[in-house]
Amino acid sequence: MSKSVLLVEDEPNIIEAISFLLERDGWTVRIHAQGTEAIEAVERVSPDVVILDVMLPGRSGFDILRDLRNDAVTRDLPILMLTARGQTKDRELAESYGVSHFMTKPFSNEEMLGKVRELYAASVAKA
Amino acid sequence: MVSFNVLVTVALLYTIVLFAVAFYADRRALSGPSRWLRSPWTYTLSLSVYCTAWTFYGAVGNAARSGLEYLTIYLGPTLVFLAWWWLLRKLVRIGKAERITSIADMISSRYGKSPAIAVIVTVLSIAGTTPYIALQLQSVTLSVAVFSEFPSGASGGSDLNATAFWLSVGLALFTIFFGTRNLDANERHHGVVTAIALEAIVKLVALLAVGLFVVWGVSGGVAETMRVIESSPVAQWQPSPSRWTSMIFLSAAAVICLPRMFQVLVVENSDERHLRTAAWAFPAYLMAMSLFVLPIAVVGLAVMPVGANPDLFVLTLPLELGQEGLALLAFLGGFSSATSMVIVASIALATMVSNHIVVPIWLSTRAGGASMSGDMRQVVLLSRRISIAAVLGLGYTYYRTTGGTTALSAIGLVSFAGVAQVIPALLGGLFWRGATRRGAIAGLLVGFGLWIYTLFMPAIGGFPAAMLEAGPLGIGALRPQALMGVQDMDPLVHSMFWSISLNIIAFVVVSLVSFPTPMERLQGASFVNVFERGEGAVASTGGQAEAEDLLVMAQRLLGAREAQTLFQREATRQGKIGYLPDPTSDFITLLERELAGSVGAATAHAMIGQINGQASITVRDLLAVADESAQMLEYSSKLETQSRELEKTAGKLREANAKLTALSVQKDAFLSQVSHELRTPMTSIRSFSEFLMEGGIDKALRTRYSGIIHEESIRLTRLLDDLLDLSVLENGQVVLNIQRASLHDLLDRAVVSAGLNARETAGLKVTRQGGRDVQLRTDTDRLSQVFINLISNAQKYCVSDQPKLAISVSHSQGGVDIDFVDNGTGISAKESSVIFEKFSRLSDQSAAGSAGLGLAISREIMHRLGGTLEYVPGQGGAAFRVHLPIEAN
Repeated sequence: MSKSVLLVEDEPNIIEAISFLLERDGWTVRIHAQGTEAIEAVERVSPDVVILDVMLPGRSGFDILRDLRNDAVTRDLPILMLTARGQTKDRELAESYGVSHFMTKPFSNEEMLGKVRELYAASVAKA
Repeated sequence: MVSFNVLVTVALLYTIVLFAVAFYADRRALSGPSRWLRSPWTYTLSLSVYCTAWTFYGAVGNAARSGLEYLTIYLGPTLVFLAWWWLLRKLVRIGKAERITSIADMISSRYGKSPAIAVIVTVLSIAGTTPYIALQLQSVTLSVAVFSEFPSGASGGSDLNATAFWLSVGLALFTIFFGTRNLDANERHHGVVTAIALEAIVKLVALLAVGLFVVWGVSGGVAETMRVIESSPVAQWQPSPSRWTSMIFLSAAAVICLPRMFQVLVVENSDERHLRTAAWAFPAYLMAMSLFVLPIAVVGLAVMPVGANPDLFVLTLPLELGQEGLALLAFLGGFSSATSMVIVASIALATMVSNHIVVPIWLSTRAGGASMSGDMRQVVLLSRRISIAAVLGLGYTYYRTTGGTTALSAIGLVSFAGVAQVIPALLGGLFWRGATRRGAIAGLLVGFGLWIYTLFMPAIGGFPAAMLEAGPLGIGALRPQALMGVQDMDPLVHSMFWSISLNIIAFVVVSLVSFPTPMERLQGASFVNVFERGEGAVASTGGQAEAEDLLVMAQRLLGAREAQTLFQREATRQGKIGYLPDPTSDFITLLERELAGSVGAATAHAMIGQINGQASITVRDLLAVADESAQMLEYSSKLETQSRELEKTAGKLREANAKLTALSVQKDAFLSQVSHELRTPMTSIRSFSEFLMEGGIDKALRTRYSGIIHEESIRLTRLLDDLLDLSVLENGQVVLNIQRASLHDLLDRAVVSAGLNARETAGLKVTRQGGRDVQLRTDTDRLSQVFINLISNAQKYCVSDQPKLAISVSHSQGGVDIDFVDNGTGISAKESSVIFEKFSRLSDQSAAGSAGLGLAISREIMHRLGGTLEYVPGQGGAAFRVHLPIEAN
């Protein structure tokens, strides 16, 4: 089974860029393009890594993160958070909720790919 | 003949006796109340200070010259004492209640403790008394001259002047010694009063002895004497009613107002009940004094050589008849009359000068005159002593400069008339509550001025004869002794008429038109209604402050620790460690000063007085307390106002702060939004450009990714344009380009610019209605921008199977409404309140393709164009209304 990523993001161009980047590296990329029902999507897909945007239609990425961390099943799931706002207090909030990594847009492809791999490797090593 | 040396020796011995009596009386007074010191007889005899050398010698002279006129001088006081003794009682009662120290103090106290009045009355008293003192000095020197074989009345050479000088010095020493021994609160001088009483007896005995000698020793009995009187020229004398009335009035006024009379009558009074005795005994004394005046005058005229001075008959008659012992007694009587007057008058004047002139000046030259303890007493005593010396020095100087042989009684009357000027202010103040300070000052100044002009100056020869004849500068109406052409009047009557009547008029009129201060009102009430207070404190009980009570009070006011420290320090100083200190007067003064720091001087004084049991609280104390309280109230209300203002300011600051905080939050949110809007396209651009840079991507993808990069760059540019546009609009820096255009054409162009064709569009179907005839004069580019924004919003957000946009134009109040209504789901009430905010995109932003600044910009534009843009709820879909005013022309 190939490694899978769930990308929770609403910007079509960014979805396309990240999908191209990861699929080329052999990942299965699933898309969820809104904030609502993101938890259900995670449960349904049970990805190896989640890439989560902050500003989503319907529900904030922070709320989704908090719920995922409060759920026993997804507590240790590697979550990479993306934000275009880039404020320190957003990073602090995300870290207080237990994010695995916090990344600001724009990012370099290399950085994104490297971080996803790293998070996956770490979770595998732990398990 | 009695030699000069014998005379001086007798006078000295007599003086020594006086000293001894005064000294003994003072000692007795110190050791406790003594029966005869406080006897009504001592009081009555001390009143005889009224009878000076003027009455002792001068009455006979007056009788020899003017017949029975001398009786008026006795009749005035007799009338006052017999008929008006209740007036005296009122004076005495007030004097005790208010702790009056002099006539000046009395009048100024009545008019709200006015310093101006005190000074005026003091000056008036000095002016009226100084010639009188000179008169006494002159009478003594003349009587000495009689004995020392100098021709009477002639310039006596250096010996006579020396007599006057040493007499003045001796009197000054006596007065200073017994008049300022201590600073008694109620100004009583037991030694002086007793000596005066003794002198009263001496002068009465002397005059009676001479009279008895004349009637029985010379004339040979009463019947014979009556016959001599019948045949003498004195019997031909006719009374002048106006002069009699004036003189009775004057002497009646003088017995109350003369500083020395006020001193013995009111200030030295130790018990109000003594007045009952004095009311009949003093008139009786006066009658005894006047009993033999006429016989002595008549026999003197008959026996003495022609040209002999009748003013000295009392002395020269016994001498002429070889009765040297009797002559010596008469000399002592005259000496007593003169000295007692000078002593009491200088005490009274010194008290006034010191209290109302010297001490106020001394206090005002000292910064912060709060410390009034030990050194203050020394200052007051010193100023009294200097004042006594000054008063006597003034009298002596007056004697030396004017010392002629003017008839003694003339100058006495001048003095009386001067002092009588205080009568309106005094009596008015006692019986009329409407009397005011200004009224009193006006009356006093008018009366004083007229007295000086019409009587005093002419009497002492202060005006040249020409002025008396023709008036100043030749103005006849202003002749000092014939004002307004009132001629042929006795100068005394003339002066009395003008000065007293104008004095009264000024006093009454000014009182009626001026308003009293609260202090005056209260003092006026307490003077007029003095008997309603009940029997006043007849004698003080002496301060018996309870140390414990003082401590309790001090603790309450100063705080426990501070009060205890104060008391302990005092106890240590008194050598009573571990006990409460004795309430000595020093300690009470100290305590009062400490308390004054916290409750104000007046309150502290009243409280201490209350505990000390020394004084009941006077109206003055209460008034001062009220003043202090009023000041405190005013202060606290000021504080309240200040704190209210502070609160208001604080509220405003809080508001401003809240606004600033809200603004700061808005700015943060805005920056955060801008950051997001910029970073999102940049993320795509960076990511895709990296793919392109890597190479190895097929052509189709390359084209696609380049397209995305291109599209996102345009989005970025548009965002920056919008931001700049909004910034310009919000700062009001926008320059409007006003043009004429048809509204219909503008809408047409907007639809085309939005990428739609009204007739054949696949997505949004636009329908139009109205507006063909509307001509606008506005910034057409900006208005088009608003239209385009609204149309493209419908294009982006209208969710419907067959999206439609209806644009309709209608006329409304002073302008046109252009409605843009689509058939989508519309905007909820909650959301409609935020759509005009920046970056308030409601739904999926990918569809929008712009940053959500459109409506904010559109509304700013409409605002600049003088119109409005608002969301109209309840129209089915989303509905926006543009309202634009149309100029009348």
